[in-house]
Amino acid sequence: MANNPMMNRSTCAYCGVGCGIEIHTDTNGSHSVKGDNLHPANFGKLCSKGTNLARTLTQEGRLLHPMINGLRASWPQATDYVASEFKRIIKEHGPDSVAFYVSGQLLTEDYYVANKLMKGFIGSANIDTNSRLCMSSAVSAYKRAFGEDCVPACYEDLELADLIILTGSNTAWCHPILFQRIKAAKQQRPHMKVVVIDPRRTATCEIADLHLPIKPGTDVALFNGLLSFLHEQGKTDSHYIEQHCDNFDAAINSARNDGASLNQIAQRCDLPTADINRFYQWFAETDRTVTCFSQGINQSSQGTDKGNAIINCHLATGRVGKPGASPFSLTGQPNAMGGREVGGLANQLAAHMEFNDQHIDQLREFWKSPNLARQPGLKAVDLFNAIEAGTVKALWIIGTNPAVSLPNASLVVRALQRAELVVVSDCIASTDTTQHAHVLLPATGWGEKDGTVTNSERRLSRQRGSVDPAGEARQDWRILTDVAHAMGFGEHFPYKRAADVFREHAKLSHQNRNSPRLFDLGELADLTDQAYDDLQPQQWPIRAGQGTPRLYGDGRFSTDNGKARFTAVRCQGVSHPVTPEWPMALNSGRIRDQWHTMTRTALAPPLNAHKPEPFVEVHPNDAARLLLINGQLARIQSPWGTAILKINVTDSVRCGELFVPMHWNNQWARGARIGELVNPAVDPISGQPESKHTPCRIEPWHPQWSAVMLSRENLPLPDCQYAAKIKGQAFYRYELAGDNPLDTTQEMMATLAHAQQEPTIRYHDAQQQSLRCAWLDEAGLKTCLYIGPGSSRSVSSADRNWLASLFTSSTLGTLERKALLSGKSPAGVEDCGRTICACFGVGENTILKAIRQHKLTDASEVGKHLKAGTNCGSCVSEIKTLIAANSP
Amino acid sequence: MKAITECSKPKLVFVGNGMAGTRTIEELLKLNADKYDISVIGEEHIGNYNRIMLSPVLAGEKTIENIMLNDEDWYRHHGITFYKGEQATAINRKQRIVSTASGKQIPYDRLVLATGSVPFRIPVPGHDLKNVLTFRDIKDVNAMLELTQQKQRAAVIGGGLLGLEAANGLRKQGMDVTVVHTADTLLNRQLDATSARLLQKSLRASGIHFLMNTATDSIQGNELGEVTGLRFKDGSSLQVDMVVMATGVTPNIGLAKSCGLHCEKGILVNDVMQTFDPAIYAIGECVQHRGQLFGLVAPTFEQARVCANHLAEMGIARYIPKAQATQLKITGIHAFSAGQFKETDDNQVITYFDTELDHYKKLVIKDNKLVGAVLYGDTQDGGWFFDLIQQQTNINPIRDQLIFGKDFCQWPTQAENLPAAA
Repeated sequence: MANNPMMNRSTCAYCGVGCGIEIHTDTNGSHSVKGDNLHPANFGKLCSKGTNLARTLTQEGRLLHPMINGLRASWPQATDYVASEFKRIIKEHGPDSVAFYVSGQLLTEDYYVANKLMKGFIGSANIDTNSRLCMSSAVSAYKRAFGEDCVPACYEDLELADLIILTGSNTAWCHPILFQRIKAAKQQRPHMKVVVIDPRRTATCEIADLHLPIKPGTDVALFNGLLSFLHEQGKTDSHYIEQHCDNFDAAINSARNDGASLNQIAQRCDLPTADINRFYQWFAETDRTVTCFSQGINQSSQGTDKGNAIINCHLATGRVGKPGASPFSLTGQPNAMGGREVGGLANQLAAHMEFNDQHIDQLREFWKSPNLARQPGLKAVDLFNAIEAGTVKALWIIGTNPAVSLPNASLVVRALQRAELVVVSDCIASTDTTQHAHVLLPATGWGEKDGTVTNSERRLSRQRGSVDPAGEARQDWRILTDVAHAMGFGEHFPYKRAADVFREHAKLSHQNRNSPRLFDLGELADLTDQAYDDLQPQQWPIRAGQGTPRLYGDGRFSTDNGKARFTAVRCQGVSHPVTPEWPMALNSGRIRDQWHTMTRTALAPPLNAHKPEPFVEVHPNDAARLLLINGQLARIQSPWGTAILKINVTDSVRCGELFVPMHWNNQWARGARIGELVNPAVDPISGQPESKHTPCRIEPWHPQWSAVMLSRENLPLPDCQYAAKIKGQAFYRYELAGDNPLDTTQEMMATLAHAQQEPTIRYHDAQQQSLRCAWLDEAGLKTCLYIGPGSSRSVSSADRNWLASLFTSSTLGTLERKALLSGKSPAGVEDCGRTICACFGVGENTILKAIRQHKLTDASEVGKHLKAGTNCGSCVSEIKTLIAANSP
Repeated sequence: MKAITECSKPKLVFVGNGMAGTRTIEELLKLNADKYDISVIGEEHIGNYNRIMLSPVLAGEKTIENIMLNDEDWYRHHGITFYKGEQATAINRKQRIVSTASGKQIPYDRLVLATGSVPFRIPVPGHDLKNVLTFRDIKDVNAMLELTQQKQRAAVIGGGLLGLEAANGLRKQGMDVTVVHTADTLLNRQLDATSARLLQKSLRASGIHFLMNTATDSIQGNELGEVTGLRFKDGSSLQVDMVVMATGVTPNIGLAKSCGLHCEKGILVNDVMQTFDPAIYAIGECVQHRGQLFGLVAPTFEQARVCANHLAEMGIARYIPKAQATQLKITGIHAFSAGQFKETDDNQVITYFDTELDHYKKLVIKDNKLVGAVLYGDTQDGGWFFDLIQQQTNINPIRDQLIFGKDFCQWPTQAENLPAAA
């Protein structure tokens, strides 16, 4: 960009905390990122991922120009092609034969245009988003309880609360800045208590006063038990319930049926009775209680009920929207909330409107839409089922990677292969999803995108483009606008810049203000371009120039009668319980330093160091029983798919349960695409998949061979059963294992490493089937490769950190070069210097050291210590010279 | 009385003043300096020098003074009678007397034969021409050095250790040198094909020419009896002014045979280095021990130690043949080999090759023990490998790291993994 140093305030690309950042661009155009001290989400702090954002501003792997069927195309060609193909398919099969699958990574403006094009002008509601996998259960729960998808709390409540319940949330890793805020508050106010409810003992338990390692799928029972307990103990707020809520009696009756005593709840949830009692007592006696819930609640076949079971307890105690007291959904993605505002989900319309006649009429009038969709479209899992079944024929995927992230990912791949037309807009060229695209459209990446996002506390922030778009990349709203024009809807999509879209969105949110809907950006509807650029972070609804930190504190809700509604829920357990055939429960989730399918985080070397390889966590008892050895490989099978992962034995998971990270995919690994194993069961209301519980089995997997390779070059992964590619500083590391015979593998690997080039250094032990090669050039180490049979010790013990360090220096020292194929650092090995005694290989430095250390004065004494000079005697005269020059 | 006692010390006579004989005296002096009245009969006119270092002398890197091990003062200092320039011609075993060419009669109580070996000359026509030399002692070196002043072209017949060292020395003296070798690789008794190829590449780079797989048919001469060239079995020929025959050595056993000691290829000795006559010992390159002949210094020194121990009447040492290690003594070239380095069906091989530095290593393993090693370029760990071979250490626990040398091998601490030798 400019040659002057500049600074842009923007928002972080990752989780729903929505931290403010400063992007600094220096005079030579390089970027650095630090936390924005002024942003109320983070006050200048950033987590590991945010800190490393600048490292992801790389051109590496970017999609740079449009492609049609593998051939480079111009933008007009690509736009026309997409428009005409969509029109053709719609004409032949109707509007419901096409669909968009979009992303919580999109900005609100992108989302708005996508939703308007599909629902308003194509005339189908077949637009769904990866947010479906993330917080759609929370949305449904809020809507059932409050009448609108409104998070009543704000981050400050976490600092004001006396009791914080973190349920189904590894806050420490998934929302690190919120975790730090809670931790700091707890240090300041030591009486604050934290309860963590999670089958796993995660990093979040660091600050827990009580950890409840709950049996998966029993959360409803636990919170129903709490509701009964509160009622029995007279701790409910009967006045509040009467004045502000409906349906309490049904809810309490239902709750009682889930367990009349603490013992029953304890048995159901597989928790100690005393711990449950403690948790319930704390909840009962603490007015300022915030319950944060996340994917552990949402990703469930009963996720909506779980959310409502939590909200029920808060309604029963009147703890909604009050300082330090609320049920608080922590969203996963940076703009999941923004997507919800514009109707990014198939079962909602824009601006928090629903598929009812009144809203449909209002929206049709506002958009002047000829054929607004009249009923909800297909939710993510159903959508891909429909594509696989052939009823949906064209799909436009924007900014997401469903071939990795959706459950039953093999079906997703089959669906993509079956579709007549797959269009993918992305900033990354090669993902598991782009491989199946007929049309590829280069979209701007995070640092280039310009628009707004909304975080978990309803706070709208500007994301300001700070980097020139790579290649021919364009903003997503613009790509969609251009296609809308090419389809003949030009007059309804008059957008020249993001601000145009935003103003329309804000204006829409302010229509029909007689409704009880709270979402309202009306005051921002007439922002000038400049004012839009200068927009400061604020929480909707915005009234009289002020944001609103909390909602519903006055007891008036978004329902027609203004009352909140208790939901009668019963614990149903998991959709696919474990069986003798599939005896283990597979839980999936995130790790600290990776994001989603790694397309961005894997580019930042420091983020790959924490957990470099895909792994499975196994309880020590299971490991002992099933002969699973820490650090070796295991095969995990479910009825839907198979994975091969590194075994990590830890008692942080429950016995009988496995935890796997969700991030790895076929670009960075082989055999680690967890979506393939995950069962496709969904919540009947939210459509959110049950990604936290899949029955499976695990067994040791013994490869024929294993290998580790480090290379300066980004090489394609070989087609073997296990592989992980790890980007480091100036190198890529490849961890590989396979079950094909070693002979052909060695050939394959050598070819992979440097097609046909003979290695510079080669080690071979034929009998042990151990092959180690290094390729060097004038710039130093290019590639080194270590292959051995089975789970070879020589491969597993190669010192990866030391090998990695060799790529940052331009030359190898003598000792380093000698040590290279040993895989062991020569640290501690002394350079013995020029060989003096050839018979016994004694070097000058060794002799000098002995002379000084033992005060040697005669060549025969040197011989006694080091043997030097005692065989042929050729070197005796040199030893004498050394003594003469160095003895004291 | 005292004088008589001193005079009546038993007489110990050495025939041969080379490295084996002298080392035996040194070892004996350490054990018991007063036991014998010692005499040494040596054909050369100087004290005792390090024969291995003749190559650097030929190359001009060292002088004869540099490589003297013991000068004449040493003999005097230890009361040793030194018959220099004397040739022993006969042994009367009944009377225990050694006769010399100059007519001396030297009585002995114990006699040690350390007569070494004589260079083998291939018996082709012309092998006795002027300027056909061998490379054995300082006389040979001086003869070669003298010729380098007058001649330009030399051929060395034999690509073994001595041949290559001679070729290198002559090249360093400015000669145009060609090595003629019957096998297709150099040092074929010490190196495998790969290391031999690296060695040849390096020597070629220093200007030495090679004729491999080439057998000499005859040596041509002029009317003055001087060498003019070589003719080979394949019909080709090479013009040279001098020839060095480095085609091996033969144990020098003429004297032993003539006095009736039992000899085969060498003088037969038992494990304490005694010949069939218990008063006569033999050591070094002239002996044959359990069927084996010797050409390297290490076993010779070990024999010297055993022989001295027996002469000192301590009787606790026994010569046990061990694997042998070879080092090529050419400045700037590092080549090492030890043990059995040939690949066979019942051994296993580990190789390491740095193709840029020309560092090559090959280890041969049998029954989890190291039995052979060939190193080229980086020979630093040769001694350690040699120890492992000799000690028959179980190398299995460190096999993965073995070839990288001692510094990179850590023995596992578990008891079951301890090496057999520990």
